[in-house]
Amino acid sequence: MPETPATRTALRAGVAVGVATAAYGISFGALSVAAGLDVWQTCFLSLVMFTGGSQFAFIGVIAAGGLAAAPSAIASSTLLGSRNVIYALRMSPVVGSGWFTRLAAAHLTIDESVAVSTAQPTLKAQRVGFWMTGLVVFVGWNLTTLVGALIGNLIGDVSAYGLDAAAAAAFLGLLWPRLKQLQAQAVAVLAAVAAALLTPVLTPGVPVLVAAIVAVVFGLTNWLGPKTGDQTAESPPIEGMPS
Amino acid sequence: MTLWQLIILASIVCFALKFAGYLIPPALIQRPTPARVANLLTVALLAGLIAVQTFGKGEHLVLDARVSAILAAAGLYALKVPFIVVVIVAAALAAGIRALT
Repeated sequence: MPETPATRTALRAGVAVGVATAAYGISFGALSVAAGLDVWQTCFLSLVMFTGGSQFAFIGVIAAGGLAAAPSAIASSTLLGSRNVIYALRMSPVVGSGWFTRLAAAHLTIDESVAVSTAQPTLKAQRVGFWMTGLVVFVGWNLTTLVGALIGNLIGDVSAYGLDAAAAAAFLGLLWPRLKQLQAQAVAVLAAVAAALLTPVLTPGVPVLVAAIVAVVFGLTNWLGPKTGDQTAESPPIEGMPS
Repeated sequence: MTLWQLIILASIVCFALKFAGYLIPPALIQRPTPARVANLLTVALLAGLIAVQTFGKGEHLVLDARVSAILAAAGLYALKVPFIVVVIVAAALAAGIRALT
């Protein structure tokens, strides 16, 4: 591929973001094993599900409710993966044509690859940014997941080492860059209060799903939302992980 | 349903969501409202998970070492401390409080 300054910038951005976010895989691997998955199951999630927010949600629900919470686990990971549909729509004209290309692109459609791509000035640089970021994150995320899972296996007892608190802190790290607007802050607070208050009432996993209703209500009505401006044009936050 | 079946099913669904975006005509849902709902769903689910992870113990609410850890984590994120450092500090703080009490 002929290199231009724009594609070189895209390449560099892709590698930098990819390396930075791949490091978070360690947390996922360790927490997944702590949640009751084995090393293979943990690696399978990173290889095949490959969308960090959904992966964390899945193991979070399993940790709280075990196999009995199976429907909630699937619903949580699905709802958290729903924004990837929007990302895929945005990347559709960028990634290239052909069935294999588009299947591979679908797998690599995550916060980071879309964020780097949409930040590039030319179509060619957008394409390079998408693929480079997606590939670097994929390789790094899976390697670090394995390392984290092996560490988690060695550690053993969860609460003695504070791994349960680490899970909450990890979720907060994913949430933090998404709280820039008042609307998002309001949704976060109400969802957290709803999930906490419903915990003694509903079976594990379900309170989180009920909290999602808060998002739907705010999203449909655009209550407290910005009056003007197109939110769809906004890039996904990339301080988090593939999510 | 075994844990493996659950993992495979959830993974397939997540991939299908991504691929669906490459199949459907963009005009159908590339409008502000579906995009806003999708973004806010992420926020709500993460916030809900944080609440349950911090206060939940089975089907009960408890205040324990996790609360101090999540407050410390929030402070560190506000100071732009890197993710992996914050997670380790939160775990260490919770473990330390448990060891001392």
